[in-house]
Amino acid sequence: MLTGAFALVFFYAPLDVDQGFVQKIFYVHVPMALVALVGFIVGGAFAVMHLRTRESKWDMRSYVAIHLSVILAVGVLVTGSIWARASWGHWWVWDEPMLVSFLIVFLLYATYWPLRFALEDKEKQARYASVFAVVAGAFVPLNFAAVRMAEQYIHPQTGATIAGGLPPKMALTFVVALAGMSLLFVTLCKYELASKHATYRLRALRRRLAGDDDELTLTGRSAAPQL
Amino acid sequence: MRSTVAALLAKELTLEWRTREAVPAMVLFSIATYVVFHFGLDRDRVVGDLAAGVLWVTLLFAAILGINRMFVAEHEQGGFDGFLLAPVDRTAMLIAKATTLFCFLCVVELVAVPAFALLLLGPPLTQALPQLVLVLLLTNVGIAVVGTLVAGLAIQTRARDLIVSLLALPLLVPVVLAATRAATPLLQDGGAGALPGNWMAILAIYDLLFALIAYAVFDFLLED
Repeated sequence: MLTGAFALVFFYAPLDVDQGFVQKIFYVHVPMALVALVGFIVGGAFAVMHLRTRESKWDMRSYVAIHLSVILAVGVLVTGSIWARASWGHWWVWDEPMLVSFLIVFLLYATYWPLRFALEDKEKQARYASVFAVVAGAFVPLNFAAVRMAEQYIHPQTGATIAGGLPPKMALTFVVALAGMSLLFVTLCKYELASKHATYRLRALRRRLAGDDDELTLTGRSAAPQL
Repeated sequence: MRSTVAALLAKELTLEWRTREAVPAMVLFSIATYVVFHFGLDRDRVVGDLAAGVLWVTLLFAAILGINRMFVAEHEQGGFDGFLLAPVDRTAMLIAKATTLFCFLCVVELVAVPAFALLLLGPPLTQALPQLVLVLLLTNVGIAVVGTLVAGLAIQTRARDLIVSLLALPLLVPVVLAATRAATPLLQDGGAGALPGNWMAILAIYDLLFALIAYAVFDFLLED
């Protein structure tokens, strides 16, 4: 799907009149940003489920969603900077609400790992991380609203362009790219979950083979949730 | 509920009155920060948006000092266990702690804001004092609520001070943003401008929403 989207990006979508070829980064940058933000909020929703049910699988899902969203957020900041350099002439523009609010959200979520690492007890770690995810998930839209009001707009508005400012060929490409990025996110989530399950099963089996009952055979430090 | 909050609040304030641990440190810190700003910016007087920025950044950092100290006594002396054993609503703890932090901030500002006017502020403070107090009160509510939440989140961790600063700064960016924008016209040279209503609205909505979030999740921080 993503490959198809890239093919459309390069061969189908027309070049932008003002920005030329650089505008193509739009099809990577914007879907990535949207998926990352939705991922943060989904992580918060999973955390709510964890706090309600106390099942560690929800904590795991919340962890994975936030983990991948932070990785996507790095991509968003990098591609956004490249785009800004090309179209506005600066790597970073402060009077730009999108950039600033995205950076704030990114900084906030970067604290997720220090927080998890700083708690020894697994159950407590999961609970506190969930509380953090809920608060931060609610903070994401709030922060965007506040920063958006603070600055005047020069960012190409995604909402407005979807609503009709975009020529049909570009709109189609954008929708395909968005769908591709969402599918990539979901696939990666599933993949990471499967990998974590497999690692855990392997560790449990190995422990049983070795015949020791203590939990101290973990190699390396990890703050990821255990099942 | 009300008597629980009152009891907890009385305990907090007595504790602070006897130890004088947080508030004097916060006051000294803010005055020291003004001096640092004076040399860092190389200005004798600040006006308008610069003045608002200096004032609120200083207050924010002073508040983080206070937030760092919030649950330390409970954590070290086992006050949490005592509180959890008592048959009272846990939200009382949130309300009492947030009110305590609110009071601390108000006391700090009673000294820090006049000191700011004396040391750095260009136009006289009296021209817009009532509006400025309003902005300060709304800011204090926001900092108190978010600060209590962050302090509760960080108290059990090993790197407490680190986590508090890392969490509180991004979460309080909208508060500082709205407060400085609201206060900028108040601190202009040549008479105070009108108080921008939309920024006050944002501050109030932010305070309200975070109060609700804190109310929803705070119980989970106290289970042990």
